[in-house]
Amino acid sequence: MSEKNYLTTDYTLKSWFLTTDHKRIAILYFASLIFFFFIGGAAATAIRIELATPQADLVSSDIYNRLFTMHGIIMVWFFLIPSIPNTLGNFIVPLMIGARDLAFPRLNLMSWYIFMLGGCTTLFAIFAGGVDTGWTFYTPFSTLYSNSYVIVAAAGVFIAGFSSILTGLNFIVTIHRLRAPGLTWYRLPLFLWSLYATSVILVLATPVLAITLILIATERFFGVGIFDPRIGGDPLLFQHLFWFYSHPAVYIMILPGMGVINELVSCYSRKQVFGYKFVAWASLAIAAVGFLVWGHHMFVSGQSLVASLVFSFMSFIVAVPSAIKVFNWTATLHKGSIHFDAPMLYALAFIGLFTIGGLTGLFLACLAFDVHATDTYFVVAHFHYIMVGGMVTAYFGGLHYWWPKMTGRHYSEYWARTAAVLIFFGFNLTFFPQFILGAEGMPRRYHVYPPEFQVWNVLSSGGAAILAVAYLMPLLYLGYSAFFGARASANPWNATGLEWQTSSPPPEFNFTTQPVVTRAPYQYNGDFQAEPQNA
Amino acid sequence: MTQWRPPLPLVGAWLGLLALLALTVTLAYVPLGTGNSVVALSIGTIKAGLVAAIFMELRHRSGLTLIFAGAGLFWLGILLWLGLMDFMTRT
Repeated sequence: MSEKNYLTTDYTLKSWFLTTDHKRIAILYFASLIFFFFIGGAAATAIRIELATPQADLVSSDIYNRLFTMHGIIMVWFFLIPSIPNTLGNFIVPLMIGARDLAFPRLNLMSWYIFMLGGCTTLFAIFAGGVDTGWTFYTPFSTLYSNSYVIVAAAGVFIAGFSSILTGLNFIVTIHRLRAPGLTWYRLPLFLWSLYATSVILVLATPVLAITLILIATERFFGVGIFDPRIGGDPLLFQHLFWFYSHPAVYIMILPGMGVINELVSCYSRKQVFGYKFVAWASLAIAAVGFLVWGHHMFVSGQSLVASLVFSFMSFIVAVPSAIKVFNWTATLHKGSIHFDAPMLYALAFIGLFTIGGLTGLFLACLAFDVHATDTYFVVAHFHYIMVGGMVTAYFGGLHYWWPKMTGRHYSEYWARTAAVLIFFGFNLTFFPQFILGAEGMPRRYHVYPPEFQVWNVLSSGGAAILAVAYLMPLLYLGYSAFFGARASANPWNATGLEWQTSSPPPEFNFTTQPVVTRAPYQYNGDFQAEPQNA
Repeated sequence: MTQWRPPLPLVGAWLGLLALLALTVTLAYVPLGTGNSVVALSIGTIKAGLVAAIFMELRHRSGLTLIFAGAGLFWLGILLWLGLMDFMTRT
């Protein structure tokens, strides 16, 4: 077989850096995100080493502030938000709908350049001196007191926001306009429903963040009274504007993850997704209700009690569509022909970790408990369960699932399963003790703490060490498989979906003939036969 | 080659926005109490409407485009409504 695919059409650097092929752009994003993930991970490692003992052994308080800020900024804006949409989404969306490319291929390439410009600007801020405001840039610290590179870092995030908006726009138009004949809305794979909902959030919420960051710069540079009460501003206005984006941003992270899990659970239990329409509309419901709950980040900020009560109530409502998804995955698994391949292990890990993260979110939505738990490790554990336990696990699951499609090669199933189990174990050992630390009152963002907290911190740091190794493993075995893995067929998992109807890796324009869809998605009949892997 | 001229509706809308900006600034110095916020928000709404209708050319659009633009305005309304709810009920 010597037919050219998207990887072998041209080998020059120019062909990669000026490509408009969505698959190559996905690979560019993939490489960039690995880079940012390990920078953010290095900061996390330093933080956990520091916290292994109650004293300040490793870094000063000033450096510690910069470390957790760097970890937050890089991980949130340059890994978690773009990871699934920009790598897996970019690669899979046109394939899943039977299109040659995204609707705006050049805009897609531009999005990557904008993303890299934003990333490099933020990295410059971090390495030129660092930022100590926390990833939230809360005023008045960020506008009045911090002497760090706040404006440069905020500018980086501001620039990266445009990449998000453009990608969201591209996905919305693509899903509307370029679907293959017969691919009606209710025949769309649920991954696309979730990416569609994500894209709507990206387009509607990201501009608010951009405006907020401009307002910080305006106040800091020109002394215009926006957030500073001494000159007529309102400090809580910043938090309103910031969380209006940043709470939906959690759904930008988790919704695509949920989309991936639909594909995995269905494929590896050989069953149709239970309650397809409910799951599809739950994505849109989460996207919509997710806009109404930002004030639960502000219960102790000084906002009015009326506002807190309203936001608390609405935060409980957002749990409903999330729970629909979890129940429907469980129902899909019920009496399924379950195969514990690596992607499925990640999917099961996701369901467990997301459920714990979601339920502890209800704790925090409860006004009385939140007052006790605000700014403690309980919050840290909660959002890591959602964003890392949930989203990163889904990302890894999706990456393994579509890896044969992306590279045309199989990875080592043995090492992949080992890594998946280690990630699950390491993650829980890292973050579950933090729930206990938080409940006992250990505040977040402190680099020294009373000795009675040390046992749980040592457990957490030990878990982080396991997690670090487990995160390195896919880099090694996936990297190895990309060059030396066994060849994969067009459809190694015997899965449904248009992306499996073209060769692995796909040709430059995806399909040699226009596919036509004649049936609903996920029509499995228990016939799993994975191809043999190289060990 | 035809001579390019700026489209009149755009110039008109731009001048209208400048006039409304001047009105906003002027009225900010008139002590109206809570009326200041009402006036400022009303003028802001007119300005947003002008930008949406003329610069974004929504007056010539229909269907899905209007739904998306409407959704944007709807979410903006939610932001303002819930944000103001805190501001107006704070003790």
